[in-house]
Amino acid sequence: MPTVSMTVNGKAVSGEVESRTLLVQFIREHLELTGTHVGCDTSQCGACVVHVNGEVAKSCTMLAVQAEGANVTTIEGLANGDDLHPMQEAFRNNHGLQCGFCTPGMVMTAVDLANKNKNPSEQQIREGLEGNICRCTGYHNIVKSVAEGARNMGG
Amino acid sequence: MYDFNYQKPSSVADAVNAMKAASDGKVLAGGQTLLPTMKQRLASPSDVVDLAGCGDLSGISASGGSVTIGAMCTHAAVAGSSDVKGAIPALAAMAGDIGDPAVRARGTIGGSIANNDPAADYPAACVALGATIKTDRREISADDFFTGLFDTALAEDEIIVSVSFPAASKAAYEKFKQPASRFALVGVFVAQGSGGARVAVTGAGENGVFRVSAMESALSGNFSAGALDGASVSADGLNSDIHAQADYRAHLVGVLAKRAVAAAG
Repeated sequence: MPTVSMTVNGKAVSGEVESRTLLVQFIREHLELTGTHVGCDTSQCGACVVHVNGEVAKSCTMLAVQAEGANVTTIEGLANGDDLHPMQEAFRNNHGLQCGFCTPGMVMTAVDLANKNKNPSEQQIREGLEGNICRCTGYHNIVKSVAEGARNMGG
Repeated sequence: MYDFNYQKPSSVADAVNAMKAASDGKVLAGGQTLLPTMKQRLASPSDVVDLAGCGDLSGISASGGSVTIGAMCTHAAVAGSSDVKGAIPALAAMAGDIGDPAVRARGTIGGSIANNDPAADYPAACVALGATIKTDRREISADDFFTGLFDTALAEDEIIVSVSFPAASKAAYEKFKQPASRFALVGVFVAQGSGGARVAVTGAGENGVFRVSAMESALSGNFSAGALDGASVSADGLNSDIHAQADYRAHLVGVLAKRAVAAAG
């Protein structure tokens, strides 16, 4: 079986996987980082979004072996101890979630959006979240959260 | 997904050899179509040959009135490239409207055209702009490359290296998105280049991308939306599914072609 090594949330990790092991399976089942969720498993819903070498990726649509040597950040890697990341804090402030299932992917996508566009318009936020589906909120508070989070990230 | 033998060669030549040696090999580029297809067991290759280690496939360069895009360039890279935006802004805009941000961060131009999904955007851009597809062994014009539904002129072990687009004086792409999948229900790419006006349609044809010669003739002397008044496309050979009937798609081709010509200026 292939051995895969990568850096996840700043920590060097490695493990034996099958070629077909998805990155999200490696993260959840091998590393036991279960904040990254599997929603649709068909690369549509975005609950599994993580950052790979600084770019957003749907980790259900990437093999673990493709992340060999990569720098991966999951939702667990955002907070600094007990201090939430500004985007997480903004989701809490604005009630940007109901059941919370989509939230890890929403936050990871939102952080990437804010990294690339420090002051996104509502339209840009809605377009930026096209690959993340929420079945609870109707998106309104998520959009508000992302706008506030982007501002508080230093934009 | 069934298991497979994963290979990551470091050059295109090694990748071709790996494909030749495999009993049923598949080339992996960004994986945004291949991996979902394998999950559904619609594909179960013996070997997956990952091109991510072939460093010579990811550059973008502009020279001599054309822009050349390496096969492993992501949609996000094309959308953000100053070379592409400078030479063919419509191509950069099209790449920036494929899928969603995560798909654009991994999906590639080479993977898209090799797959030739009948609702993909890149085939329309390639055909309308008169692109040339360079492989490990030859050059293929876009008109000859897309041969049918999920079918191309590529041999089983042939690998796309780059795609060259001649700059167009005018070009635009208009897409009517299927509201759930965001794929093109119909997309029309129009271009006015050195070879005249071209109109390429994706999302509508049963056999994938096609050109509309009546519209191209109408535009050749007068590249304006008004020149397309009365130009219509037959519903024969167009897709009918739960999302749209063939006659509706035919109607959309006319509407989107006019919008694209108007947008191209």
